[in-house]
Amino acid sequence: MIEGLAAIYIFMLAGFTGYEIISKVPVILHTPLMSGSNFVHGIVLVGAMVALGIAETTTEQVIGFFAVLLGAGNAVGGYVVTERMLEMFKPSDKKKEGEGS
Amino acid sequence: METLIQAAYLIAAALFILGLKQMSSPVTARRGILWAGAGMVLATLVTFMSPQILDSDQVSTNIALIMIAIALGGGYAWYSGKKVAMTDMPQMIAMYNGMGGGAAAAIAAVELIKASNEAAHDVTGNAAVADMLGADVAILGILGAVIGTISFSGSIIAWAKLDGRLNRSRLLPKQHIINALLAIVTLGFAVAIYFTNSIETIIIFYLLALVLGVFITVPVGGADMPVIISLFNALTGLAVGFEGYVLGNAAMIIAGIVVGSAGSLLTQLMAKAMNRSVANVFFAGVGTNVVATSSSGNEGVMKEIQAMDAGILMSFASQVVIIPGYGMAVAQAQHKIWELTQILTEKGVSVKFAIHPVAGRMPGHMNVLLAEAGVPYDMIYDMEDINADFKNTTVALVIGANDVVNPSAKTDSSSPLFGMPILDAIDADNVIVIKRGRGTGFSGVENPLFFADNTKMLFGDGQKAASELIQAVKEL
Repeated sequence: MIEGLAAIYIFMLAGFTGYEIISKVPVILHTPLMSGSNFVHGIVLVGAMVALGIAETTTEQVIGFFAVLLGAGNAVGGYVVTERMLEMFKPSDKKKEGEGS
Repeated sequence: METLIQAAYLIAAALFILGLKQMSSPVTARRGILWAGAGMVLATLVTFMSPQILDSDQVSTNIALIMIAIALGGGYAWYSGKKVAMTDMPQMIAMYNGMGGGAAAAIAAVELIKASNEAAHDVTGNAAVADMLGADVAILGILGAVIGTISFSGSIIAWAKLDGRLNRSRLLPKQHIINALLAIVTLGFAVAIYFTNSIETIIIFYLLALVLGVFITVPVGGADMPVIISLFNALTGLAVGFEGYVLGNAAMIIAGIVVGSAGSLLTQLMAKAMNRSVANVFFAGVGTNVVATSSSGNEGVMKEIQAMDAGILMSFASQVVIIPGYGMAVAQAQHKIWELTQILTEKGVSVKFAIHPVAGRMPGHMNVLLAEAGVPYDMIYDMEDINADFKNTTVALVIGANDVVNPSAKTDSSSPLFGMPILDAIDADNVIVIKRGRGTGFSGVENPLFFADNTKMLFGDGQKAASELIQAVKEL
């Protein structure tokens, strides 16, 4: 369903998007951002669920189980630590504009 | 139903991109992760309704297995993520990232084994994996498998090294040559998978890729670790994107490739801030060539200062710039430093924090540690914004930082740090360095700043020294 040229378009546009997003991030947010992007590729969980869902033999089920286990770890862990970090960022009492880089 | 699921994936992908975008400003960052989180929940829920899963012969068993695996993996990650100390954040990110790489590699394994079985039972009895999957799916699937596996085992080594569980930086003699050979052999097996239907080939291929990830990461020095973690993060993204193509899953493709390209850029930015090229990180650790240069004699002596005198100096300063390093976080001194800052501010002293891009163990790590102590982000300045200001600074207080204020990065072309951008603390009227002992920094390089005329050393544990400073400043 996503094949050939269409896939190449998606790859290319997604690549540019990623580049655009990060080029505007101030250094102070680099660690949360790395963690946040780490969370985003936790979407692998969805693929892992399909892989385990279509498993037919025990071997496939074992590997698929492993995939979901790890994928869930990636997604949940990435979310928890990113949220914890971002929650702490607070401005001074007098509210100023974000400082930029 | 299929259309509904695809639409949900599309919304999830859009939420990821918008979420990452909002993370680019401290004002909206918190909202960003919530949006991305909502996207993840949506994508996960609709996947349970996927016809691929519901049409399977073993639908009930498989769905039960999926739920158990999510509960176990998610539960463990939730617990460990809530518990981890902010100082240990880099290795935790490495660990979660490795899990993602492992998941991508495992998805590829299921697909490759399936295709290999089908090929073996094909009517011709002699078909290859590529015939079953098609060239595009087979190539991207196998590529994703290599990348994901390397990211998996490499991230675990990165975690172990940062967590202090593994201190070796060499496994074998001529490690780089062995790594190169191993990489070639691994790629050979990757090609073999494509053209055959042998399960054994797939197993050997995965084992080789696992070992390769370990061998690549072990020689990387501690200071270069953030670059590696960031690189593995980007690689996992790529692997996820490739496996997304294999499964025909748009959300995985978009999210994976966005992270792949964002992560690649971030890796370059980090390497640049540390004056290292990405290739350099792999092929020569700072730690390996430093021993020879560190002995180059330093003239002069360190001048000590007592906390009392340092407190007086700071109380009557017009501007104090605090330069925190990872040593401050290790000593858990950030709360004390923030207390000191508040007292000085009440006395009318202008206090700023200066952060080097690689302060802490990852770019931005120090900001997180200061934020944890309660320092508002608008008191924190990046290197480019503060460097010109050191000339107007009465006291530069260096706590737990070393290499990032080392002037030899500018003056001494023989120094391993030469060319690295630094904070010009030396331009301040007075420099006070809080330091536990007289040793060298993370990179093992001597620091001439400590011997400079305007520098005074305040020896002691970071937290104790900060408490003494608070005491001294309060008494005035």
